Amino acid sequence: MTGLDDVRRRAEADARSRGYFLNPNPGFLRDLLEGLLENEERYGYPSCPCRLASGVFDLDRDIVCPCDYRDPDVEEFGSCYCCLYMDFDTHESGQTRPIPERRPVEKQLAAYGEEGEEQLAKEGVPEAEAPAARRLMYCRVCGYTVFRDEPPYICPICRAKREMFSEIRPSLIFRTK
Amino acid sequence: MTTKRVEGRRRDHKVFIYALSTCGWCKKTKQFLRDNGVEYEYMDVDTGTMEEKRAAVEHLKEKGAPLAFPVIIVDDNRVISGFKQDAISEALGL
Repeated sequence: MTGLDDVRRRAEADARSRGYFLNPNPGFLRDLLEGLLENEERYGYPSCPCRLASGVFDLDRDIVCPCDYRDPDVEEFGSCYCCLYMDFDTHESGQTRPIPERRPVEKQLAAYGEEGEEQLAKEGVPEAEAPAARRLMYCRVCGYTVFRDEPPYICPICRAKREMFSEIRPSLIFRTK
Repeated sequence: MTTKRVEGRRRDHKVFIYALSTCGWCKKTKQFLRDNGVEYEYMDVDTGTMEEKRAAVEHLKEKGAPLAFPVIIVDDNRVISGFKQDAISEALGL
């Protein structure tokens, strides 16, 4: 079973791999790690402690920590939404502040819908499962390729901005003579 | 999920917080009010039933508040989104 030390080690390893730092305030950090552990026990996955999860994995994918919004938030505001991860400057100054929510309202509302499964039946499968809307895109800087609706906010490999992503159109690649 | 009241010596404003039991910013907000002796009521939305969550979201929409926690509602009309210490202090005259 996952314990608080596991959650802490996981977060530390993830922060190191991205050049981020964890919240320097021991009490604040502990609260966040405990929140992650609570959510993992409650839902089966560590969703963001500062967001209301629906309890349906497909609807909560984007807020499983580290969330989809962490990298752009650290880039723009110096820390992620819940303030678990931060950049060097924010960590050194200790000046943490609440930042605006980047997660789209439609996604937030899923947590207030009918019990998750009904929500899925009503609104269809969420975007992550809808291949029709997906596109193949690549980062023009490093070549990293993704298959999803929208390009990532930031390239997870070379940190280029999303504007550097271009769509790959198979018809152009496999054009016959 | 029930509304819980935290007693305090300052009762000149009605303070209500929509919070999450797991959220660090929500805990900071509650701590700040306790440290200042402010009486408040709060609701940890994540621990509620779906009906209670819906009632909460309807109330938040009605108040024009975002669905980001914590939301601090002072005297039923002033809405403060997030742990904005200065705004809370100013609204409560701390």
